[in-house]
Amino acid sequence: MRGLFYVLSAFAVMGLAIWAYDQNDRTQRAMGSVRELRREIHSLRESLGVQRAEWAYLNRPERLRALVDLNVARLGLVPLTGQQFGQIDEIAYPMLLAVTEDAL
Amino acid sequence: MIRIPLRPLARILDAREQGENPQLIERENLRLRTEQARDTGRKRAEWRLIFLAAVFFAGYGVIGARMGLLAAAPVVETEPYQGEQIADERADILDRNGRILATNLVTNSLYAELRYMIDGARAAHELARIFPDLDEDRLTTRLTDPDRRFVWIRARLSPEQAQEVHDIGEPGLLLGPREMRLYPNGRLAAHVLGGAGYGQQGVTAAEIIGTAGIEYRMDTRLRDPDLAELPLALSLDLSVQGVVEEVLSSGITMLNARAGSTIIMDAATGEIVAMASLPDFDPNDRPAPPLEGDPADHPLFNHAVQGVYELGSVMKSFAVAQALDLGLVTPGTMVDTRGPLRIAGFSIQDFHDYGAQNSVTDVFVHSSNIGTARLAQMIGPDRQREFLRSFGFLDPLSLELSEVARVIPQFPQRWGELSSMTISYGHGLAISPVHLAAGYAALVNGGLQVVPTILRRPDTIPGTRLISEQTSETMRALMRAVVVRGTASMAEVEGYAVGGKTGTADKPNPQGGYYEDRVVATFAGAFPMTDPRYVIVVTMDEPSETSGTEARRTAGWTVVPVAAEMVRRIAPLMGMRPESAAEIEAAFRLR
Repeated sequence: MRGLFYVLSAFAVMGLAIWAYDQNDRTQRAMGSVRELRREIHSLRESLGVQRAEWAYLNRPERLRALVDLNVARLGLVPLTGQQFGQIDEIAYPMLLAVTEDAL
Repeated sequence: MIRIPLRPLARILDAREQGENPQLIERENLRLRTEQARDTGRKRAEWRLIFLAAVFFAGYGVIGARMGLLAAAPVVETEPYQGEQIADERADILDRNGRILATNLVTNSLYAELRYMIDGARAAHELARIFPDLDEDRLTTRLTDPDRRFVWIRARLSPEQAQEVHDIGEPGLLLGPREMRLYPNGRLAAHVLGGAGYGQQGVTAAEIIGTAGIEYRMDTRLRDPDLAELPLALSLDLSVQGVVEEVLSSGITMLNARAGSTIIMDAATGEIVAMASLPDFDPNDRPAPPLEGDPADHPLFNHAVQGVYELGSVMKSFAVAQALDLGLVTPGTMVDTRGPLRIAGFSIQDFHDYGAQNSVTDVFVHSSNIGTARLAQMIGPDRQREFLRSFGFLDPLSLELSEVARVIPQFPQRWGELSSMTISYGHGLAISPVHLAAGYAALVNGGLQVVPTILRRPDTIPGTRLISEQTSETMRALMRAVVVRGTASMAEVEGYAVGGKTGTADKPNPQGGYYEDRVVATFAGAFPMTDPRYVIVVTMDEPSETSGTEARRTAGWTVVPVAAEMVRRIAPLMGMRPESAAEIEAAFRLR
């Protein structure tokens, strides 16, 4: 009985040791991949920053204005004015009209 | 403990008498004694075991509990995710709609480690080919100097230049990562942003520090590593700022002005939606500060903040508002406007002769100096000074820009009756356009003080009351009348009910007195006057309108059309619906 207990204890200790080693190994691998991911996030953030900066640079009012002036013949863009606002009752209801005609 | 003797004499004697063996008694007692000793020993051993077990149990228990806690605790990043290479990260600056005003870009710096250098002369030759502005001879001396170990060559390289340097193939030329502050909009809002430069430099990093404007003032906030991810939102609107700068720039060109500035401010919160000052500069390549000449002529000078001028008739609004608020007059009260008004050897005159007497409304609409001086006489110097102090006109500006520290209003130390009369029409008190904008915001928003700010601050609490709601309403009607039938008639913008006041002040001559033909023209107003949302202040330094036979310098001919064009362009951009003429008229007839 006692012998069996000793053997079982020895196996238990070995088992726990293997488990602990495995955990340690997996932790280290996980930390390695975290480092890798951090590097990747960092470089992606960097390129994101570059993209955002470029987007802002390409959309700067000065450049857009020059582009509008350049393409005035094709696009015919003019500054927004107060005359372009309308009242809600100036909009007709063509859809409603179509339905009524169909019903008739 | 009582020790029982092994051979108690009484029992031995009794046993001997009865013929028993006394040895038995001794053996019996010995046995009892041994048993007793064994029992105590066992008890002690048992107690020791229990104690040890408890100690071990507690020890393992503590370790187990700690492990359990660690396992159950949520996962936390043990180190911040940025590596040490971006210790110099700086927060972005955005406009009110989240568009980028300032951000960082990673570039390379170039340096040379001479212990790895193989052919310094060739490296210098090749570098001079890539960077034409480098002095080849000087670089050759530095790169071949045996006493040197390290040479900085350039702080910033473009990716193409970095590749070309790499292609030289010289192991002594090394590239270090370098963050760079980028202002993608170029000159836009240059005076607000200021600029940034490098502080401490190392091979792997350099700290970026703000040198002026918001970059300098908010430097600690922008460099705070905990807030690096959180951009700083300004109250500026990029589109509005762009339009304002464009219109102001063409206005300055057309009117041959030396400089100009514009402020668009939210009338309720004091948020500055646009602040322009021309001439301007590119914050990506900030010019060196002027060492000689008038600093006001240099592009770095922010006219909207640093331009402390006597602003002329725009100040009449405050004299009229105070007289109305104190109940001294009503808009219909007649005021003596006979000129010239002589006091203490000084004569106050009007631009035109407006007759013997005028109503307060007409004094304001026609901008009568004499009439306003009469109002100031009624108010008295002490009350006037306290009133202007409550608007913040006597205190340095509070604004989140580094330049405000040197912006101090100028006013006479002895504030007598004459000073009070000239100050009432804008001579004798010099303030900045931002002061003026904040003052006009309070005049039109119902009478509540606003604190000018360049930061996005949507939840501003209303300030203290400076004038009554009723006075503010009257002031709105008076300012509207100035546009409808007064000096600012060119400010009329269909649908946006602009109202305001013009001011044309002679520039003080540094040699004493005032210039005859140099003025600072100002328009201060708000729109729409039916329910003012934005205050607009436009100033120009030495404008002159030369389309007629004679050069015209009054604000009505110079800054007012510029201000009107700005309102026409920016009001729709800010989502404001134009009101019909009938609506505007109805709003003013109700009063």
